[in-house]
Amino acid sequence: MTSYRLPTGGLVDRTAPLSFTFDGKALSGLAGDSLASALLANGVRLVGRSFKYHRPRGILTAGASEPNALVTVGTGGRSEPNSRATMQELYAGLVATSQNRWPSLDLDIGALNGLLWPFLGAGFYYKTFMWPGALWEKLYEPFIRKAAGLGRATYESDPDQYEKQWAHCDLLVVGAGPAGLSAALAAGRAGARVIVADEQAHAGGALLSETATIGGASAPCFAAAMVAELQSLPNVQLLTRATVFGWYDDMVFGAVERVQKHVAAPQAHRPMERLWRIVARRALLATGAEERPLVFGGNDTPGVMMAGAARTYLNRYGIAAGRKAAIFTTNDSGYALARDLEAAGVELAAIVDSRRQRPSDYRGKARLISGAIVTDARGGKSLSSIRVSHDGRTEDISVDLLAMSGGFNPVINLACHRGGRPVWSDAQGAFLAPESLAGLALAGAANAVTGIAACLADGAEAGARLAAELGFAAAPDSTPSVEDDIIAAPTAPLWSVPGSKVKAFVDFQNDVHVKDLGLAVREGYGHVELAKRYTTMGMATDQGKLSNVNAIGLLAQVRGVSPGEVGTTTFRPFYTPVSFAALAGAHHGRHFQPVRKSPMHDWAKARGATFVETGLWYRPAWFPQPGETHWRTSVDREVRNVRANVGLCDMSTLGKIEICGSDAAAFLDRVYCNPFLKLPVGKARYGLMLREDGMVYDDGTTSRIAEDRFFMTTTTAYAAGVMNHLEFCSQALWPELDMRLASATDQWAQLAVAGPKARAVLSQIVDDDISDAAFPFLAAGEVSLCGSALRGRLFRISFSGELAYELAVPAGFGPAIADAIMAAGEAHGICAYGAEALAVLRIEKGHVTHNEINGTVVPSDLGLGRMVSAKKPDFIGRAMLAREGLQAPGRAQLVGVVPLDKADAFRSGAHILAAGAETTLENDQGYITSSCFSPHVGSSIGLALVRNGAARHGEEIVIWNGLRGEITRGRLCAPVFVDPEGGRLHG
Amino acid sequence: MRYSALSVFLNGLKGNKSWQPAWRDPQPKPHYDVIIVGGGGHGLATAYYLAKEFGSTNVAVLEKGYIGSGNVGRNTTIIRSNYLLPGNNPFYELSMKLWEGLEQDFNFNAMVSQRGVLNLFHSDAQRDAYTRRGNAMRLHGVDADLLDRSQVKAMLPFLDYDNSRFPIQGGLIQRRGGTVRHDAVAWGYARGADSRGVDIIQNCEVTGIRRENGRVTGVETSRGFIGCDRLALAAAGNSSRVAAMAEMRLPIESHVLQAFVSEAIKPFIDGVVTFGAGHFYVSQSDKGGLVFGGDIDGYNSYAQRGNLATVEHVVEAGKAMIPALSRLRVLRSWGGIMDMSMDGSPIIDRTHIDNLYLNAGWCYGGFKATPASGFCFAHLIAKGTPQQTASAFRLDRFARGYMLDEKGQGAQPNLH
Amino acid sequence: MASLITCPHCGARPKEEFTVKSAALPRPSADAGEAVWFDHVYLRDNPRGAYEEYWHHTSGCRRWLVVSRNTATHEVADARDASEARP
Repeated sequence: MTSYRLPTGGLVDRTAPLSFTFDGKALSGLAGDSLASALLANGVRLVGRSFKYHRPRGILTAGASEPNALVTVGTGGRSEPNSRATMQELYAGLVATSQNRWPSLDLDIGALNGLLWPFLGAGFYYKTFMWPGALWEKLYEPFIRKAAGLGRATYESDPDQYEKQWAHCDLLVVGAGPAGLSAALAAGRAGARVIVADEQAHAGGALLSETATIGGASAPCFAAAMVAELQSLPNVQLLTRATVFGWYDDMVFGAVERVQKHVAAPQAHRPMERLWRIVARRALLATGAEERPLVFGGNDTPGVMMAGAARTYLNRYGIAAGRKAAIFTTNDSGYALARDLEAAGVELAAIVDSRRQRPSDYRGKARLISGAIVTDARGGKSLSSIRVSHDGRTEDISVDLLAMSGGFNPVINLACHRGGRPVWSDAQGAFLAPESLAGLALAGAANAVTGIAACLADGAEAGARLAAELGFAAAPDSTPSVEDDIIAAPTAPLWSVPGSKVKAFVDFQNDVHVKDLGLAVREGYGHVELAKRYTTMGMATDQGKLSNVNAIGLLAQVRGVSPGEVGTTTFRPFYTPVSFAALAGAHHGRHFQPVRKSPMHDWAKARGATFVETGLWYRPAWFPQPGETHWRTSVDREVRNVRANVGLCDMSTLGKIEICGSDAAAFLDRVYCNPFLKLPVGKARYGLMLREDGMVYDDGTTSRIAEDRFFMTTTTAYAAGVMNHLEFCSQALWPELDMRLASATDQWAQLAVAGPKARAVLSQIVDDDISDAAFPFLAAGEVSLCGSALRGRLFRISFSGELAYELAVPAGFGPAIADAIMAAGEAHGICAYGAEALAVLRIEKGHVTHNEINGTVVPSDLGLGRMVSAKKPDFIGRAMLAREGLQAPGRAQLVGVVPLDKADAFRSGAHILAAGAETTLENDQGYITSSCFSPHVGSSIGLALVRNGAARHGEEIVIWNGLRGEITRGRLCAPVFVDPEGGRLHG
Repeated sequence: MRYSALSVFLNGLKGNKSWQPAWRDPQPKPHYDVIIVGGGGHGLATAYYLAKEFGSTNVAVLEKGYIGSGNVGRNTTIIRSNYLLPGNNPFYELSMKLWEGLEQDFNFNAMVSQRGVLNLFHSDAQRDAYTRRGNAMRLHGVDADLLDRSQVKAMLPFLDYDNSRFPIQGGLIQRRGGTVRHDAVAWGYARGADSRGVDIIQNCEVTGIRRENGRVTGVETSRGFIGCDRLALAAAGNSSRVAAMAEMRLPIESHVLQAFVSEAIKPFIDGVVTFGAGHFYVSQSDKGGLVFGGDIDGYNSYAQRGNLATVEHVVEAGKAMIPALSRLRVLRSWGGIMDMSMDGSPIIDRTHIDNLYLNAGWCYGGFKATPASGFCFAHLIAKGTPQQTASAFRLDRFARGYMLDEKGQGAQPNLH
Repeated sequence: MASLITCPHCGARPKEEFTVKSAALPRPSADAGEAVWFDHVYLRDNPRGAYEEYWHHTSGCRRWLVVSRNTATHEVADARDASEARP
């Protein structure tokens, strides 16, 4: 295959060849190439297959809007389907693979779809595949799904790292073409903090493809000089390979920087991509304009290319995209290409200009056919000829490159991300950005300015103006003189050409052609949004960058209205697709969420604890001893030991809140439904917190440490929520109360010492008298520890129902105190116990947790109705608690459940049915909220919320777990299985 | 014209020139028996069932934009009936049964695809909660299966089992759950209603509700006054604004929920999977795009667009669940406006005005409910009494204390 | 919304540092009666346009704010400490 690279020219490094493969074939390009340019240089024209008809497709553009040249780049965990060859920089060893073809790109069975096209018009699938109904999932859909999609995703993990960064600036300039660079310079020289972001590897934009002379220098040299000056300014940051993908509220822009997508061997210490959130006081879109394709028969044939792209491949990459070219244009931009092609010695067979008026300044040798159109392009997998129609005649011209230009669409996507709608301009023949955008302006081609000099001037003016708005004294420089600048003034759009014999594509990737749009209108889907959804136009990976405006023009034609009346579909992020990896950053795998560890974590780990995730926390679940191979063995032992001797459990994950101030008691009295105003100093009290709708929110104990100081504990799960809630109450509801809150969860290690021998153990640690008389049940206060070595807080509270204490010490002393307790307890048979044993102990006692406090229970449902103060004038939840439905009979109430046969086990989540009742949802009586094996009872036990449960103790029921096929006969009982009188707590 | 393989074939032979509009573009009549405000899925389904099941054809659907321009056109297309509460479950199961026969019923292929909905769980507490849910489903005869870790792994080998922060323990699957081509639901109902005589009037914004003697007499619209005997509101997302025209305040806040689609890839995920350790759910469309979403942004909004922080949050959860998503690309994000109700459940009820009916508060669960919502709302409008499965969706349940709170989050809509 | 909230104590901070609660409405007196309380807890104006709501600077100064925000444009007009801006 002979090279299409010209002997000279371009910005590529001819001394640095790079080898790469495409579909396994070894090819060679140059440093500075894109994958697309390298493929073109090697004469590769057929690059991909379209979505629906599997049409052969080549390279259409040289940039971000490429709909056709999508390939999978890379292998293994680094493979990336649907990569635009036009945006992928070439590197040594790059592996590219074509997509959506079988068995090969050249011979693709899927292309048979093309033969069926009369029956596969827009939305055909909505009208068929309905009979017989069962066949949809079994036959039709699997077939369709198999055919769908483009590239194949890997299931392998990504080996690379990603990171995120915030940036703040006075002015964000999006796009480093002539307008963007001159704007950045104008603002940067004035001292504004400027960030310039450009999606290309090199700043310069259109200047890199330009042959005009600017201020005496070549366009790329002029761009390089501007870039050099920008880089010399400390207040300017230039980001290349960085796509600004979205404009969000409050002038926040999202951008993704492809840090290492262009390197052969990514460095492990650098990110593959970096996500930027840029907060800008002002922003300027200098995003250029997108050239419009022309819609004629076979316009998707490989070898048909955008005129601007052909010019980029010629001037920037030194490649002739064909041996014999023709140009089909509606405007003067085609003549810039004509001039450059001829200068490069490429044969130019014809310029087909849809306008009657001959441009006066074309002096080239090519045949100029005015008032003419190309009706068809032919050649299948590679363009061989075009049919030109002019003056009532048609003629065929053999060419292998057709460059087309249908005018320009300013790239206004970002300007519309916050709800503004584009405005149609008849004068420009294009949609322009919404008017009066706060904080955001446009310049250059994005602002419908044409010509290099005008873009430079417009950018400089905009940069200076925006800087001045922010108080920076800026004046635009005088614009340099530009020679050989071909200015393509706007011309009337040519939405479609008449007389095409074959399909004329509007949306290339999704294979939407002119007739599809006509059909959509005919069937009532003429609204642009309906047409989009019905035909899929604009829904491919390019999001309609090339196709949407043409589609709107065609819809307008069919409907007989102006494009402005048709309007656009909605521009939404992302401007170009952004990887999951970049958006996720470092938050995946084990780093998906932070880890919280109790101060006792390492202590428990050293004792062999098995840990369990509890929200963000890891908690010890049980402490297996030598010889214990099943978790139940360990848990049963721990439970028995606590009931028989004594155990130590880490309670540090409970939320702890310090509340102080002269109104602290009054505050607690309002946030709990039970009274706290008169809680004596040195006492703890169980408190029940409601939501304003009357439902139980959380529970815990609160102790009065001093007249004006309380210590609250919350459940582990709701610690953060309760803190937020209390802050709300104190700041928003009752700021007049003299009190303050502080979270102390991480400040204290808190240890439960529970069991009949708890006092015997603890009295060896605590210096103070903790006899029942001196420190009775619900006593609380500061104590001296280990011979005045340390002070802590001791609470005589019990979750297990045993004689128990909770001892809080400053977090760092937790392990030492725990060691001391374990040593003191050795003679008493102490053991460490974990969350599972804790759960068994509390279920045996019928203490509720958030299994029971499920957000739909009121205190009386839990048997705690008497806690609700009837005397307090106000507390959170008081008013709504009075509603009929919250007090009505039939509510689910807390009960205990035991199996009739002790050998029968049952589980949480099983439902309760009345004995003998039919298994229907109407007969559902409730469900098991918590269950465990109780060593004390010798069987499964459970807590349940059951309709009228409080009045049904003793009733035989069915514990129904149809999901697991476990149907168990059981009996409802009081929700306390151990020591119902509570004698063990006291004494 | 009836749609079938034969009609596609015959029309194809004739160059597809004979297809008729799927629905007419009528001028509004001066008066209708029933006016439905809102040409979304629920409004169109209501009109369809009014005409088909209850013989009421002098009906207009008024749509301020184009039909299906609200949430039926911007959701993640999931259908399921895996509800917990007796007030909800039978309704969603009715909806599922209607989905199962829908295409043949309205002669439009909406691609109802029952490829399964799998909810992953990552802790004992989550497992128990899903056990409770699965049993509630089973009690009502809805299919539900509890999968252990190895069963999930066999089905979805590419989830993160080895390196995850919250290891997957198993999942609850409803195999009859799945996805539906969402836009086609609006179109199918519109076509079915239109062919039965319903007027679907687009570009017709309701600006006022005219009342005399405590009854609605009609609506002021951008196309003039239109009279009616009964007025039915099905404008989720904007329910509060429409209800305000009748001086009603609703137990509803409007919130934005974002959704996303990736570039199209070859088949990757077959059914619907939801993450239990973060807000993320995903399925793959028949075109190949991964359609996914997460939690609502959390603030009141009428703008159909969301926040970048939420985008990142959702995608983080996605990659945490499926590491192989890493190098795929997110193509597009969009936002829909949800009627977030005060207990997370909807309202289908009469109002304090005798001939004004309300269908609202669908939170982010409205799409799957579309058929049953339309059916039950039509039942209520036609018969004046609630359809049995929707009888708990009362407007006064909040005042009386009979909330339907699946999540137990109470009167804070952004937590549902 | 609000990519950024200008906290009166901390300056402009990203949205994810905050937790939004709901409409900033005055809490009725205890004896206001069930109807007033029902209205307070359950009914919302839910306007398209100017709206006042409670935001908590959870990952910042931990102050509750009353944020005036437009629900159609997401523009934030004002953010005041809730203790000084009781609705």
